[in-house]
Amino acid sequence: MSDPADLTIAEAATALRSDDLTAVELLAAVRRRATMTEANIHAYLTIDAEGAEASARAADDAFASGDDRGPLQGIPIALKDNMVTRGLETTASSQILAGWHPPYDATVVTRLRDAGAVIVGKTNLDEFAMGSSTENSAYGTSRNPWDPERVPGGSSGGSAAAVAVGSALAALGSDTGGSVRQPASLCGVVGMKPTYGLVSRYGLIAFASSLDQIGPITRTVADALAVLQGISGHDPEDATSYRGELPDFGSQIDRGVEGLKIGVVSELSAEGTEPAVGAEFRTMLERLEGAGAEIKELSLPSTAYALSAYYLIAPAECSANLARFDGVRFGLRLDGETVEEMMGATRAAGFGPEVIRRILLGTYALSAGYYDAFYGQAQKVRTLVIDDFKQAYEQADVLVTPTSPTTAFKVGERTDDPLAMYLSDLCTIPSNLSGDPGISVPTGVDDAGLPIGFQVLAPALAEPLMFRVAKAVEDLAGFDARPALASSEGAA
Amino acid sequence: MTWEVVIGIETHVELRTHSKMFCGCPVGFGAEPNTAVCPVCLGLPGALPVPNEKAIEWTMRLGLALDCDITEHSLFHRKNYFYADMPKNYQISQFDLPLCVGGHLDVTTSAGDRRIGITRVHLEEDTGKSTHLGEGGRIGSSGGALVDFNRAGIPLMEVVSEPDIRTPEEARVYAQELRSVILALGVSDARLEEGSMRFDANISLRPEGATELGVKVEVKNMNSLRSLQRALTFEIERQTKILDGGGTIAQETRHWDEEAGRTEAGRSKEEASDYRYFSEPDLVPLEVTEDIIAGLRSDLPELPAQTRTRFEAAGVDAIAARVLVGGGLVSLLDEAVGSGATAAEAAKWLTGEVTAYLNREGSDPAALPLDGGALAELIAMVEAGDLSSTAAKQVLEGVLGGEGGPRDVAESRDLIQIRDEGALAEAVASVVAAHPEEMARIAEGDGKLIGFLVGQVMQATGGKADPRRVSELIRESS
Repeated sequence: MSDPADLTIAEAATALRSDDLTAVELLAAVRRRATMTEANIHAYLTIDAEGAEASARAADDAFASGDDRGPLQGIPIALKDNMVTRGLETTASSQILAGWHPPYDATVVTRLRDAGAVIVGKTNLDEFAMGSSTENSAYGTSRNPWDPERVPGGSSGGSAAAVAVGSALAALGSDTGGSVRQPASLCGVVGMKPTYGLVSRYGLIAFASSLDQIGPITRTVADALAVLQGISGHDPEDATSYRGELPDFGSQIDRGVEGLKIGVVSELSAEGTEPAVGAEFRTMLERLEGAGAEIKELSLPSTAYALSAYYLIAPAECSANLARFDGVRFGLRLDGETVEEMMGATRAAGFGPEVIRRILLGTYALSAGYYDAFYGQAQKVRTLVIDDFKQAYEQADVLVTPTSPTTAFKVGERTDDPLAMYLSDLCTIPSNLSGDPGISVPTGVDDAGLPIGFQVLAPALAEPLMFRVAKAVEDLAGFDARPALASSEGAA
Repeated sequence: MTWEVVIGIETHVELRTHSKMFCGCPVGFGAEPNTAVCPVCLGLPGALPVPNEKAIEWTMRLGLALDCDITEHSLFHRKNYFYADMPKNYQISQFDLPLCVGGHLDVTTSAGDRRIGITRVHLEEDTGKSTHLGEGGRIGSSGGALVDFNRAGIPLMEVVSEPDIRTPEEARVYAQELRSVILALGVSDARLEEGSMRFDANISLRPEGATELGVKVEVKNMNSLRSLQRALTFEIERQTKILDGGGTIAQETRHWDEEAGRTEAGRSKEEASDYRYFSEPDLVPLEVTEDIIAGLRSDLPELPAQTRTRFEAAGVDAIAARVLVGGGLVSLLDEAVGSGATAAEAAKWLTGEVTAYLNREGSDPAALPLDGGALAELIAMVEAGDLSSTAAKQVLEGVLGGEGGPRDVAESRDLIQIRDEGALAEAVASVVAAHPEEMARIAEGDGKLIGFLVGQVMQATGGKADPRRVSELIRESS
């Protein structure tokens, strides 16, 4: 058989249930892949060799005794390092949490373990999930497997890179402004952000509480569905967790797009879009039309202000969420003559420049005399964005955009220009503001061989519809390219 | 110049719910430091708050008891400031949409009745507790602080009064009455010495007749009702002196020093007055329906003012009624009356001997081995003549000390009065025989000596003779 590290979850699930493959073998293949690729792409911060091995053996025992917990059993999955794992170092890619071993598991971690998944390790991210390239990590930049001179995207860059090379069959990332979808697009894999509230945030180190959502990064749309089913559902530990009845997310997945109205958001398909990305997007629109969908051009005027609103709301919330990192109870501590000095020194040393930038921005946006003009105003824009989406979904079933205006940019290309970096999230941010779900599906590559992603957005809780269109896009694109791996067979 | 005193009081009340405001940790007092904690109340990365429904209900109950309006769409807000005992360096509190607004509390002082307005009652979480190490000595590593997070996250109600209070006495009575209401509702232990009820006062002076408020001084660290009154009295003097001398009052926070009997300006730390409030994104808005409000209102227990009125109607005098209600002795009295005692008589014992005992021992009325039935029994024994009033006091002491019920204690301590006619006659006869001169003088009309002879009989009988009957018998013998 082909290398097990190249299997999808669906394929691995079949193989694990036959005599072809054991979970231990699958993990070994994935770990070999990691050994082969890590020097090039640095996707991981921590690999939990012992823990993963024990989980794999437990999965095999479970299979043998007829205890089948579902499609994720025995599947090696990586976790972005902003999800707390009991006893396993969790850093959020920051110096301020260097060596921190959480005393508890995030809910998604518990659910994955209960489903029999094998947690391989923790992946690299932009520090505290703030960034679009992983260059803000305090532990080095991850590299795009398609071209190591380029970024994998961010902030879930490590997770996307790992799935792209097969050093995990799936990974969890977190998406606040596009941090699952954009790196998935840049790395040629599938990345999905659920409806806000579908997946518990308990144990996710908070960046912006009203925007953060955990989502799966996988090789296929069907795999993303399987992971979402494993991690979603009401959690009493998260007061913002959705309490209603959940739709069957996969109920429409194979129905195709015949008769569906697909809306193209004019504001999100033009500005700053690279020609290749634009061309790929239009090609996919034609294919969808050919498959029976009606394409409609729609205008969502408030999306022009969405980026600005986001870069006030997210920093404001993060300025409060990151206040707890003060050296008192956990993490880094630098000494000082007074408590204030100790806190100040600790935070100045522990936080990287982008994090500091956003804390200052957020504090300013909330401060007396400025609240109305900045944070207050941004929240009003947010309401307009929500209203625009509601109106759009009265005219179309789903909305589509390129996931990212560009393909992967070079390492160092945008680090001196934060605003240029922020523009990476232009197409993804509006759905974080609205709380609606979105998914990125790889459809092709540009002339430099860099992947291009197609984004499908749907109304809140319309995941079934979203997966349906995404599957159709995946089938129509027929994208099965893989990044070339470093040739070090001998080292394996 | 006559100065009008304007006082407002902010009261923080720890709710004694089973668990904390936003997590399942137990609410208690005196546990080993940092043992009643979890990721949520420690503010660990990734932790999230989940609101305590009981705490919200109890806050609304207090609002209703204070005649407030309940806000139908209420929000929690983040109040942002850095401090070592703040796990998240923001406190989840309420800002412009508190649970309860616009009520009042009626108080009675020596100057008469007054209605004190209540601006709002809101709900928030308490902070941890810092213990500062060794003051003084800047050399080396002296100084530092220990922080205990057991208290962090305990539900805290904040009651803000309108600046309607005009005298230190009124302030104390307001605080007392508020405490009585809280005790009647059963939502807090309201123990000032334990910190489950804390007061801050804002006080300013203005020329009599003026409408604008003067410069406000905040006074903190008043750990008893008495210090509340003393601190405000001191502040009035201090501010009057300054203003009379033509000076201006500094707007500041001052701390009351109970030992020194004065307020001191607080350490000048940067007052973070900009809390950058924004609505708490980890919590959904509270929706309170009319039905919920109606249900809570109909479930309200009898409130202190109603209890006092009821006691007075039953024959208890006003001051005793106030002591009973303020001292947590209401159920004891009701029980005693239920077991046959009169309200007035039960009140006498409760406000007298029992209150004295409670003050001496620093005990909690709820923890007493005495119940209303026992008190009624004691009173009945006195009325029946089985116990003299002196003996009864001793019996009560025994009951409070856990020796048993009144009759058991009376018997085991041999305090039951002798009422048997034969025994009394015998005792009287011996004393009469031993004091012929005194008897002769009594016969001539010297009534005072009867007392002396009664005393002799009491001595001879170990204090158990019924003194009234003995006195009668002596007269008859003369």
